[in-house]
Amino acid sequence: MGYQLTKTQMDELFRELSETYDLYAPVLMKGEGCFSETDVVRYGKVTSPDEIVWDRKSDYSYKETLLPINETLFYFTEDTASVPQGPKRDRLVFLRSCDLYGVKRLDEIYLKNGFSDYYYARIRERTKFVLMGCGTPCKSGFCVSMGTNRAENYDLYIKPDGELGYADCRCGELEEYFRKAGAVEARVVPDYAEENREQVTLPKKLSNESFTREIWNEYGARCIGCGRCNFVCPTCTCFTMQDVFYRDNEKAGERRRVWASCQVDGYTDIAGGISFRKTQGERFRFKVMHKIYDYEKRFGYPMCVGCGRCDDVCPEYISYSNCINRLAKEEEE
Amino acid sequence: MKNEYIPQASKIREVIRHTDLEYTFRMTYEGDVKPGQFFEISLPKYGEAPISVSGVGAGTVDFTIRRVGKVTNEIFENYVGDSLLIRGPYGNGFDLEHFKGREIVVVAGGTGLSPVRGVVDYFARHMQECDSCTLIAGFKTLGDVLFKEDFALWKEKLQVIQTVDNAPEGYEGPVGMVTRYIPDLKFKNPENAVFICVGPPVMIKFTVQEILKLGMKEEQIWISNERKMCCGLGKCGHCRMGSTYICLDGPVFNYVEGKNLID
Ligand SMILES: Cc1cc2nc3c(=O)[nH]c(=O)nc-3n(C[C@H](O)[C@H](O)[C@H](O)COP(=O)(O)OP(=O)(O)OC[C@H]3O[C@@H](n4cnc5c(N)ncnc54)[C@H](O)[C@@H]3O)c2cc1C
Ligand code: SF4
Ligand code: SF4
Ligand code: FES
Repeated sequence: MGYQLTKTQMDELFRELSETYDLYAPVLMKGEGCFSETDVVRYGKVTSPDEIVWDRKSDYSYKETLLPINETLFYFTEDTASVPQGPKRDRLVFLRSCDLYGVKRLDEIYLKNGFSDYYYARIRERTKFVLMGCGTPCKSGFCVSMGTNRAENYDLYIKPDGELGYADCRCGELEEYFRKAGAVEARVVPDYAEENREQVTLPKKLSNESFTREIWNEYGARCIGCGRCNFVCPTCTCFTMQDVFYRDNEKAGERRRVWASCQVDGYTDIAGGISFRKTQGERFRFKVMHKIYDYEKRFGYPMCVGCGRCDDVCPEYISYSNCINRLAKEEEE
Repeated sequence: MKNEYIPQASKIREVIRHTDLEYTFRMTYEGDVKPGQFFEISLPKYGEAPISVSGVGAGTVDFTIRRVGKVTNEIFENYVGDSLLIRGPYGNGFDLEHFKGREIVVVAGGTGLSPVRGVVDYFARHMQECDSCTLIAGFKTLGDVLFKEDFALWKEKLQVIQTVDNAPEGYEGPVGMVTRYIPDLKFKNPENAVFICVGPPVMIKFTVQEILKLGMKEEQIWISNERKMCCGLGKCGHCRMGSTYICLDGPVFNYVEGKNLID
C-alpha cells in the first residue's frame, strides 16, 4: 500500500517504528573517511529521518548490519563455550536497489553454499529491508548495466520530499504504523535509476585462458593491497577466525571472526612458507574474476551488483569498472 | 539450527610419536567419517587448524599432526591426558568405490600420507577387494618417516617403495624423489590402473606429469588439495579456487576436474 505523509507524520512514523525495531541507515561520520579530513557515510542506528543521509550513496554498504566486522562466535572459560545472544529486536535496514540485490549474494553464501550459518541466519531472519530511491543516480554505480537498478523485493520504500514523505509498504506487519501515524493512501512508485553515467559491458567469453592476461599485472603494479575495495563491497563475504584471551583472566577468552580481504598479505598463506597468490596482480585477478565469472559459474548469476563503491574508495584510483570494460574490449580483438 | 562453529571436546586415547615434529593423536569419535576428510581441531586461546583424518577405528579417529605453529605447538606441549576440541568431518574424502578392483598406486609426500593412510590401510586389510596396491611414499630424511609400524604391516601385503630425499652414506633403501619410481611401475592392464597423489603442490605437479607420461588418462588420477582454510564450511572464502570451494567440493578431486582449478 502506498502512502503520503507530512513531515510531522514521518517523524512520528520513525518514532513508532523505533519502539519495536532497530533502524539501521547510512549516517554521516565526521572525519572518518579514507582520504584525510574527509567524512564517511556508513551504517548506524537512527530514530528519525533527519539522521539519515538520503542524498548520497553510503561509502560502506549495509553489509555490516548483517555481518559485523568483528563478531564473537563464542566465549570460552576453561571447559565451557557460551554463545553470545543474538539481536534482541527485529531490525529495519535502509539500503539502495543494488544493495538489496547484494543481500541475495550474502544469503547465497551464508544460508546456502554447504552449511547454513547460525550467526548470519539469526540476524537475517529478524531483518526487513527499507528501499531508498535513486532518483538522482550516484556517479560511480553501474546498476543498470548489472540489472540491479529495480529491486522490488523490499518490505518498505521510503522517500522524504521536502515537507512531505512518501512510502510504499509491502510488509503486512508494517502497515499498522502508517495507520497510527495518520498517513493518507497514495500511489507511490519507487524512484529507480534508469541510466548511469558509468556503463559496463560484461565480457561474455571469459574462460580459464582469461586468468593469464597481461592486464592483471598492469593493475597489480598499481594496487597496494590495502583491501578497502573488499571492505566496502556489499557482496564480499570473507572472514578470518581469531582466538583472543583476556589479559586479566588468562583462562577465559573468545573465538571471533573478522572481515578478511583477498587483496591483503596472508590470505592464502599455509604452513611451510607456501602462499598461493603472492603478487597483487594475481590477487586483483582473483577478485575481479570472482565478481564477474567464478561466482556466476557456481550460482548462475554475477556476484557484482555494480554499486561502484570499490572505485570510489581505492586510494590508487584503480577503476574496477574500467577494468571490466577493457576485458570485454580485449575479447573482441 | 545447528551451530557448526561450536566444537566438541574429544578425549585423546593414545599418542603415537613418529618423529619429534609429528605425532598421531587417536581421539574419541562416534560417527561416519571417510579417510581424506578433515576436522577443525582447536585449543581455546590458540585457534583452529584443519587436520586430515589419518585413520578410522571403532569409536576413534586418528589425526597425524605436524608441529608448525601456534595451534599445533600448543597441541604438542599440552596434550597429556587431555582432550582437544574438534568439529567435523568436512570435505568429501576418498570414496573407496573408485579404487575397488583396480591396480592402485598411491604416491605420497611427507605428511601427505595422512589423508590417504586410511585408504592404504583398508586395502592392506582387504587385499581381495583390489587387484593390486602399490605405495610410493617419500620423506625428507630417515628421521622424517611416519607410520613406521604401519609400514611393517604394509610391506608384507603391498608393494611398498619408501624413499628418502637424503640418506646417510651406505643406506641401501630407495633414495630420491617419489617421481623417480613412477616410470618403472608395471601394470597387468594399464587401463585398470588408478593413482592417488597427495603432498605439497609441487610434488603433486611433477608426480602427475610422470603418471601421464606412462600413457595414463587424466581420469585415472586422484589428487587431494591443501589450501588455507578458516571455516571448513564454505563461508570464509580462503580455500576458494575459481568456482570451487576446496572445503566443500574437495579436498579430493579427480584430476580431470583438479587440473582446471586455478589459485
Ligand atoms: C584440508 C587440510 C588438511 C590438513 N591436514 C593436515 C594433517 O593431516 N596434518 C597436519 O599436520 N597438517 C595438516 N594441514 C595443515 C594444517 O592445517 C596447518 O599446518 C595448521 O593449520 C597450522 O596451524 P598452526 O596454528 O600450528 O600454525 P600457525 O602458527 O597458524 O602458522 C604456521 C603456518 O601454517 C599456516 N596456516 C595457518 N593456518 C592454516 C590453515 N588453516 N590451513 C593451512 N595452513 C595454515 C600459516 O600460514 C603458517 O605458514 C591440513 C590443512 C588442510 C587445509
Ligand atoms: S565489486 Fe565493486 S561495484 Fe561490484 S558490488 Fe563490489 S564494490 Fe560494488
Ligand atoms: S584495488 Fe585499490 S582498494 Fe583494492 S586493494 Fe588494491 S589499492 Fe586497495
Ligand atoms: S575453508 Fe572457509 S570457505 Fe572453505
